[in-house]
Amino acid sequence: MFDIQTQLFEGQDIRFGPIDHEKDAEIESKWTHDSDFMRMMEVAPARPLSAALVKKQYEKLEKQMDEDKNLFYFTIRAREDDHLVGRAAVQWIEWANGNGFLRIGIGSAEDRGKGYGTQALQMLLRFAFAELNLFRVSAIVPEYNTAAIALLKKFGFVQEVCRRKSLERDGHRWDLYVFGLLKDEWLYQAEA
Amino acid sequence: MKDIFRGELVRITNEEPDVVAKASVRWQLDSEYGRLLDSESIHLFSEKAIKNWIEKNSESIKPERYQFSVRTLAEDKLIGFFGLYVELIHSEAWVGIGIGERDFWSKGYGTDMMNVCLRYAFLELGVQRVSLGLHEYNPRALRSYEKAGFKLEGRTRKDVLREGKRTDTFWMGILRDEWMAQNGAAL
Amino acid sequence: MNEILKGKFVRLSAYDPKEMSNAFSRWNRNSEYIRLLNSSMGPLQSPKRAEKWMDEEVGEMSPASYYFTIRTLEDDKLIGELGLDVVDWSGRDAFVGLGIGETEYWSKGYGTDIMNVLLQFAFMEVNLRRVTLTVFEYNPRAIRSYEKAGFRHEGRLRQLLNKEGKRWDMFYMGILREEWLERNTVQG
Repeated sequence: MFDIQTQLFEGQDIRFGPIDHEKDAEIESKWTHDSDFMRMMEVAPARPLSAALVKKQYEKLEKQMDEDKNLFYFTIRAREDDHLVGRAAVQWIEWANGNGFLRIGIGSAEDRGKGYGTQALQMLLRFAFAELNLFRVSAIVPEYNTAAIALLKKFGFVQEVCRRKSLERDGHRWDLYVFGLLKDEWLYQAEA
Repeated sequence: MKDIFRGELVRITNEEPDVVAKASVRWQLDSEYGRLLDSESIHLFSEKAIKNWIEKNSESIKPERYQFSVRTLAEDKLIGFFGLYVELIHSEAWVGIGIGERDFWSKGYGTDMMNVCLRYAFLELGVQRVSLGLHEYNPRALRSYEKAGFKLEGRTRKDVLREGKRTDTFWMGILRDEWMAQNGAAL
Repeated sequence: MNEILKGKFVRLSAYDPKEMSNAFSRWNRNSEYIRLLNSSMGPLQSPKRAEKWMDEEVGEMSPASYYFTIRTLEDDKLIGELGLDVVDWSGRDAFVGLGIGETEYWSKGYGTDIMNVLLQFAFMEVNLRRVTLTVFEYNPRAIRSYEKAGFRHEGRLRQLLNKEGKRWDMFYMGILREEWLERNTVQG
């Protein structure tokens, strides 16, 4: 049973938090130098960013959250020592239709394979459905991101669209999948 | 080389901002037009606001945006528009297209406009694919785009809520090879 | 996925305006370096002035422009800079400019390695069809390096440069996607 006492921002091993403009930029800058990570996360060409540029991005994000009110952006931190693990967001929200797009990224290789992604998705879904009252959420994933596809399917997302050969990388054109999950399909998963 | 700005029924133009604004301010009053075109809640804008928006967007030439007005060949009447947004890195163009003059619906103008649009995208911009989205409640457009060669690639379920009813958005795409095969003779 | 951004000796890293403006001001005092890089001499910029310019240019983050700093894999030393600018999207052609500011890294194969990394980025991530560069007739070291990376001579602007009382040509060199693919087996 979910009621307002259930913590939205606390998971089993991770927590959601706001951006720490001073500390987070250096760490995220390192992640942007990992081309494998960037190519999983972004459709745009992977390019390393300085901490200064990451800070500028943070400012843009906060401005958008403030002005456009169609974005909720969280940092993901490990509960154990509060170190920055990744980021999670509900974006491109269309309030009239009740839609939003989800994005999750676990930044450094050492933090992957620990179930953080699963926990983050669980928390993000609860936030989207039980707090933002969205009717459906979507996610866009390139066909080569098998880990993300598996995670989405685990939560009951349905692959709805195959945008054929929409992404070019390494001399090959890849499909982009759009996944969707309706509120009614959202499985209430008990805290493990 | 064939005239890339002309179709069978229409030609594409670039109009003065106040000409487009004058027509747009009238077209938007037809709420069916607005609801076929957009997913976001429709709204009414002043002619001045529309003109400013057009001017702002045409201030500099951007390699990712191409906006055209459409006039009939027969009477040179301004009936609609189409726009191409190009995802430059991946060579994919997204189309937005509309006929504001209701009298010109269901008469083949839409299909002709789309043909001109695809020709421009593939032969002038050289893109690898063209994409678009349309509403489940727009069967006229679905038929028209299928005729132009688009393939249905999926539907995002119940992502639009209007008149208390939830409908899907259809997503379509056409690849360069597919269009070339269909239109090879016309080159 | 191929690992892009890393070569045999170097890696491409972020362009940090503060760090680069300091390095830039140092490297620019070497007039040989500037004459190899630029066709005309500009004023010697203070780090503050250079930083402001870089902030604006690099901060733009357009899909048409990419700036990198070059660091050695061995000891992570900042040795130079690199820029890629798409000039024509329908032809999918971009200009590349690179400079190794730390002169002890000249003539050791670093230039060729940097160019190989850049070309992989240009063709496999930005999906370009060709890459162009210009190089001065009096820079045989760089010309040799680019030839080794696969660039072909495409023409020259005759007597464009006027240095030390002599006139010199500027060469145009280019490499096509197909040519690069032939030289490089791509995994994945």
